[in-house]
Amino acid sequence: MADAITIDSVTKVFKLAKDKPRSAKERIIRAGRISWERFLALDDVSFSVRDGETLAILGHNGSGKSTLLKCVAGTLRPTSGTITTRGRLAALLELGAGFHPDLTGRENVYLNGSILGFSKADVDAIFDDIVGFAELEEFIDQQVKHFSSGMYARLGFAVAINVDPDILLVDEVLSVGDEAFQRKCIDRIRRMQREGRTIVVVSHSTDLVRQLCDRAVVLHHGKLISEGVPGEAIRAFHDALATRGTDVPLVVEEGDHTPPVTVDPVTGELPVVVADEAEPDAGATVTIRHLEIEYPGSVQHLTPGQPLRIRVGYSASGLITDVAFGLEIFDEAGTRLMGTTTDVLEQYIHAVNGDGEVIFAFDHVPLLDGRFPIRVTIHSHDGGTIYAEREYEDAVAVMNPTRTRGTVHFPVKVEHLFNF
Amino acid sequence: MTTVDDETARPGRRDPAPALEVSRRPNPLERLRHVWRYRELLGNLVRKELKVKYKNSVLGFVWTLLNPALYLVVFSLVFQEVLRVQIPYYAIFFLSGLLVWNFFSTALTAGTMSITSNAQLVQKVWFPREILPLAAIGAAMVHFLLQAIVLVGALALFRRAPSFEYLPAVPVAFLVLLVLAAALAIGLSAINVYLRDTEHLLELTLLAWFWLSAIVYPYSLVADRLGPAREWIASLNPIIPIVITFQKALYNPDPARFAWYTNSPTFDPNNVLADQAAPAIPDHPIGWYLTHLAAVGIFAVVLLLGALWLFGRLEDDLAEEI
Repeated sequence: MADAITIDSVTKVFKLAKDKPRSAKERIIRAGRISWERFLALDDVSFSVRDGETLAILGHNGSGKSTLLKCVAGTLRPTSGTITTRGRLAALLELGAGFHPDLTGRENVYLNGSILGFSKADVDAIFDDIVGFAELEEFIDQQVKHFSSGMYARLGFAVAINVDPDILLVDEVLSVGDEAFQRKCIDRIRRMQREGRTIVVVSHSTDLVRQLCDRAVVLHHGKLISEGVPGEAIRAFHDALATRGTDVPLVVEEGDHTPPVTVDPVTGELPVVVADEAEPDAGATVTIRHLEIEYPGSVQHLTPGQPLRIRVGYSASGLITDVAFGLEIFDEAGTRLMGTTTDVLEQYIHAVNGDGEVIFAFDHVPLLDGRFPIRVTIHSHDGGTIYAEREYEDAVAVMNPTRTRGTVHFPVKVEHLFNF
Repeated sequence: MTTVDDETARPGRRDPAPALEVSRRPNPLERLRHVWRYRELLGNLVRKELKVKYKNSVLGFVWTLLNPALYLVVFSLVFQEVLRVQIPYYAIFFLSGLLVWNFFSTALTAGTMSITSNAQLVQKVWFPREILPLAAIGAAMVHFLLQAIVLVGALALFRRAPSFEYLPAVPVAFLVLLVLAAALAIGLSAINVYLRDTEHLLELTLLAWFWLSAIVYPYSLVADRLGPAREWIASLNPIIPIVITFQKALYNPDPARFAWYTNSPTFDPNNVLADQAAPAIPDHPIGWYLTHLAAVGIFAVVLLLGALWLFGRLEDDLAEEI
C-alpha cells in the first residue's frame, strides 16, 4: 500500500538571537552586535505514514513535534529534506482552523472551505453537517470573536473533519472542549479510521495515543528516537522525559544510604527493633534523610505488576519510641491512590535512634502509566506530633507497554458465556 | 467535488492520489499557477477584506468616496485659489492622477500588512500566500472603481468629456499599474513579517513618491525643467507614465474635438481658448504613451517575478516569525 506521507531526512533550522531584532531600525542600530544562533528544531527525521494508518507523534515541549506537523501541513518549509503527501490534507494546528475574528461563523466556514479548495456549492452541501457537528446552530451568524475558545475549537474541528480529507493532522486540539464533545471527536476519528483515512495526531496525552493510534513515533530534541507500537513508543517517550534533567532529584540529601538494619531477604519484612530499657529523650526529633526507589530491573521505571521497594532513610537526634511512618502515593492529578502507615499495616516501628531506614516493599504495583508523587510522614502513633513530612514529585515512574488505558491495572480475565 | 491537489474527480477514495511534494519551494511561474488555481479563494478574500473594513462603520463605502472628495476640495483651494496655478478645470486634472495614486497607495499599504494581519490564517493552513497581498489589491480595485464615480461626477459637473482618442490607453495603463502594485505588495508583505517597520517606512516613501509623481502639478513642468536630453530622469519613476496616461485621456484639455458635447447654451468659447493656452499634458500621439507604458510594464513583470522568488524564500519561516 502506498504511503500517505513520506518524510525523508527532514531538517529544520531556526535562526535565533537573544532579543531578536524585529525591525529594520533595530537591525541597523544593532548591526554586528546580534549574535545569531542556529537552533536545530528537526534533525534528519525520516519516517512514513502508511495509507489508512493512525500515527501519533509524541514528544515533550520543544521536541519539534509541532514543527514537524507544520512542515507536513505546508505552513513551514523544512531547511532540507523532502516531505511528500498524497491526497487532500486538512490540518488542525493548535487551536482550531484559521478563523477571522471579524467574520461570522458562517462566513468563516465558507472562507475555510475555499482555502481547502472547496467551491461555494461544495460548502453548501456540507454546511449543515459542520454546524450540526459543532452544535453552533444558534451562534453561526455571530462574529467568531464573540465565540468562546471551546466554540472556536468545535467549529474548527467540525470544518476539518467534514471536508472529506484523505489525511487529517491534529495537533493537541482534542484536549479542548467539554468531555461530551471530546468523546464525539474521538468517535468521529474512529469512523474516519474505519473509512481508511490517514490520521496524524500530535499529543502528549499518552492515554489518547494508546486509545487511538496504530503506531507512534517519538521526537526528542528534534531527533526521531523511537518508532513502533504505542506501548513501546510511550515507554521511550517517558524515558526521554526522565533524562531531561528537570525532574526533582529523588535523592535529596547525599550521604551513606546503606541501611543500618538488614531486611529479611525472603519476606522483605522489617526486623523488629526492640526498644532499650532507657527512657526516651523528650526533646528528640527525627528527620527524613532520603527516599530511594528500588526498581526491580536496571531501568529507572516499573512496568505494571512488578515489585517495588521504597526506602525511607531517617535520622533521629535521640531515642523516640512514639513513632510511626506514613506513606502516601498520589496520581498526577493529586488524587491519593493509597495512604498507609506502619501502624495501620501492623508493622510497628518500636523506636528510632540515630540513623536508620524503613523500607516499604510491594510485591506488585498495579499501576499503569505515569509518574507518581509520594509523601512520607514520620509521626507519633496518634498522629498528634508530626516529626517530619516530605513530598517527592514524580517519585515512582511506571511505563505501560500494553494497550490498556488508565491509572490502575486490575487483573482481569475474560469469559464468554453464550447460547446461540 | 474539486480537490486541491488533483483536479480530476475521484470516484473512490482508494484511488491513489498523486503525490505532492509539500517541502519543495515552487518557482515563480508555479506560484502564479497556484494562485490561478486558488482564484475562488482570492475572490472570497477580497470580499472578506471589504466586509471586515466596512462591517463596523455606519457610513460604509461612503468613506471611500469622501477621501478623494476631501483631497479635491483642499487641493483645488490651495492650488487654484491660493497659488493660482494656470490649469483650467484643475479638479479634473488632479482627480485623474489622484485616482491612480489612491489605488497604488492603498494597494501597497494594505498589501504590505496583509500577511501580518492574517496571521491566524497563515499559521494554520497552507494556501498560496501571495493570495493575501493580491486580495488587498483586489479590495483596492473596488475602491478604485468607487472613486472613479467621483471623477465621472466631476466630469459631468464641469460638463467635460474624456478624450476618446486616448481612452484605449487607460486599460493598458491600469493593467501595468496592477502588475506593478502586485509586485511591490507581494515583496513588501513578506519583508514586513521579518522587519515590522516596513509599513512605517513605506508610509514615508509613499509621501515622497506622491509629490514626485506629477499628480498635483502637470508633467510638462517637469519635462520643461529637465529639457529633452534629461527627460529620461523623470521616467525612472514608473508611476509617471501611468499617471499622465490617465490625465491625457480623462482630463481632456482640448474640448474643440467635442463640439457635440460643448454645444450647450452655457458653452463659453473663451473657455476653450484658455484651455488651449495651457497645455498641461505632453502633446504626444497615443503611441508615445503606449511605448512608455510598455517599458514600465516590462519592468513591472520582471519585478513581479523577482518578488515571487523573494516571497518563496521568505515564506519558509513565515508561520514561525509572524
